[in-house]
Amino acid sequence: MTPRVVLVDDHALFRAGVRAELDGLVDVVGDAATVDGAVALIREQAPDVVLLDVHMPDGGGLEVIRRLVGDPPGVRFLALSVSDAAEDVIAVVRAGARGYVTKTISGPELADAVRRVHDGDAVFSPRLAGFVLDAFAGAVPPPAPGHDAELDQLTPREREVLQHIARGYMYKEIAQRLGISAKTVEAHVSAVLRKLQLSSRHELSRWAAQRRMLD
Amino acid sequence: MMEQMAAASQPRAGTPLRRDPQRGVLGGVCAGMGAHFDIDPLVLRIAFGATALASGVGVVAYLLAWMLLPAGEARAASSAGTASRGGRATLEVALGVGLLSLSVLLAFRELGLPFSDVLTWPLVLVAAGGALIWRQSVGGASAAAVAAPAGAPPAEKAHARRSRPVVISRIGIGVTLVVAAAIVFLQSTGALAAATDVALAALVVAIALVVIFAPWFVRLLTSLSIERSERIRSQERAEVAAHLHDSVLQTLALVQKRADDPREVAALARRQERELRAWLSGRQPSEASERRLATALQAAAEEVEQAHGVAVDVVAVGDAPLDRDGEALVAAAREAILNAAKFAGADGTPVAVYAEADGDRLQVFVRDRGPGFDPAAVPADRRGVRESIIGRMERHGGRAAIHASPGGGTEVELVMERGAP
Repeated sequence: MTPRVVLVDDHALFRAGVRAELDGLVDVVGDAATVDGAVALIREQAPDVVLLDVHMPDGGGLEVIRRLVGDPPGVRFLALSVSDAAEDVIAVVRAGARGYVTKTISGPELADAVRRVHDGDAVFSPRLAGFVLDAFAGAVPPPAPGHDAELDQLTPREREVLQHIARGYMYKEIAQRLGISAKTVEAHVSAVLRKLQLSSRHELSRWAAQRRMLD
Repeated sequence: MMEQMAAASQPRAGTPLRRDPQRGVLGGVCAGMGAHFDIDPLVLRIAFGATALASGVGVVAYLLAWMLLPAGEARAASSAGTASRGGRATLEVALGVGLLSLSVLLAFRELGLPFSDVLTWPLVLVAAGGALIWRQSVGGASAAAVAAPAGAPPAEKAHARRSRPVVISRIGIGVTLVVAAAIVFLQSTGALAAATDVALAALVVAIALVVIFAPWFVRLLTSLSIERSERIRSQERAEVAAHLHDSVLQTLALVQKRADDPREVAALARRQERELRAWLSGRQPSEASERRLATALQAAAEEVEQAHGVAVDVVAVGDAPLDRDGEALVAAAREAILNAAKFAGADGTPVAVYAEADGDRLQVFVRDRGPGFDPAAVPADRRGVRESIIGRMERHGGRAAIHASPGGGTEVELVMERGAP
């Protein structure tokens, strides 16, 4: 079954380009150029996957995700951005996006990412993997009361998988190199995504701000 | 007079003729002269007092000596006690000056000069208050410097800080005395009543003016600040326009000219993108304070990208300053990126560069998706890989490995343990 996709971006030229590239690979059921338009369209269409531009007027992709929490259910978000800025990427993923790809991604790769998000997996670009490794580096903070400390650090295996993604390996190549199944790789990536979204590491927000200064 | 005295007696070594405000009662004249001439200062004090009572000559002499003699250097050893001691002395000095001027004036009156009470008491107050202010503002700076010499223990600095309000309150007392003197004088001459009328009239006019002009003034201020922010904004806009003109518009013109060469166009677009990103994030291209791993790799990647028209993506985790071994690592990585761009960059997929710096290890991976090659089949005369990558890394205490499989691309792994010999 091909996933039904809504495309949200304020650049008409870019929307047309993505539509053309995805034509025949996934089912693009609509597009929107504003936050309000996107919220209305997604409520109406209840698509499987929303391709979401991070930077738009009136709050961008972050605002769309915030307004649609749990309604309609089952919608998954994939962030699409020209931004390399860590705080943008981390913020939209922590708000609930299942992954992040850059706008220079090719059509077939994007369709593949959409399908993977549709299947409930996470999509990490090499850059996002690098951000996450950076964010989870350093000492583990003392756990907050009632908080699962496991969420604040990556397992060695998860680190290994992320490093391979950052090195430009595809999931099945990673599986081959590490001698595990592709499903296990996907499970690791999903676990990392969950940690990224739920971790109480205050470094995650502070780090993003610092990162901007260093960049 | 004083020079003659100083010349006539043989000064003892180490005690030049100086006032000694620390040990003195008033200005330290007697204490200083006593120390210099080796006389008990009490004798001098009695002498000054007697002559002062007799005809006022002692007072004049004392004041002259006070003005002419420089104050002796404060002793560092007693610096902790200086502030409070000096402070008490200041009050005593003010009191003393007040009493002295009182006695001078009374003496003049005895001699028949027409001094009325109207003049006497204000003058005494002015003298005392003026002495306070002068002592505090002229001598205060050096006293504070003595109380807290550079590098003094924190306790002494705290002490000096604590004495600041004391200084201010003393100046306040002095000012109050002088103002009180002026008021007393004006009051007794009847000038104050007239002054009050004038002041009242001025006040009323001022209030009226404020009421009339306040809205206009506020509007003026607002419009000034609006104008200022407008100007800043238009300057910023001009700056952005200038930058876009020099960079983005030029590149777009080039892109239109080379529209038939997709590789060139892609390279132009990427170069412009990098440049624009750097500009947006406020990074100056010429900012080269310290070579660091991530920026050095980024620079190498850009260089290769421009030279070969192949996209190179750099992802860096952590960062570290570069020492000589680190520079060798970057040079080897550059060679690996160059190889990847040369031999595997034809199909347009980017070369992936991943760098990781943690506490004691720098790692760089350079991966391409080219046809790949069998490392065992690399002939011995291929100096590029053997010398520039593997040899260079080994010379600097690191290692290089090439993972390659036909069809799956090539990955060069460079590892530099830090702190390695």
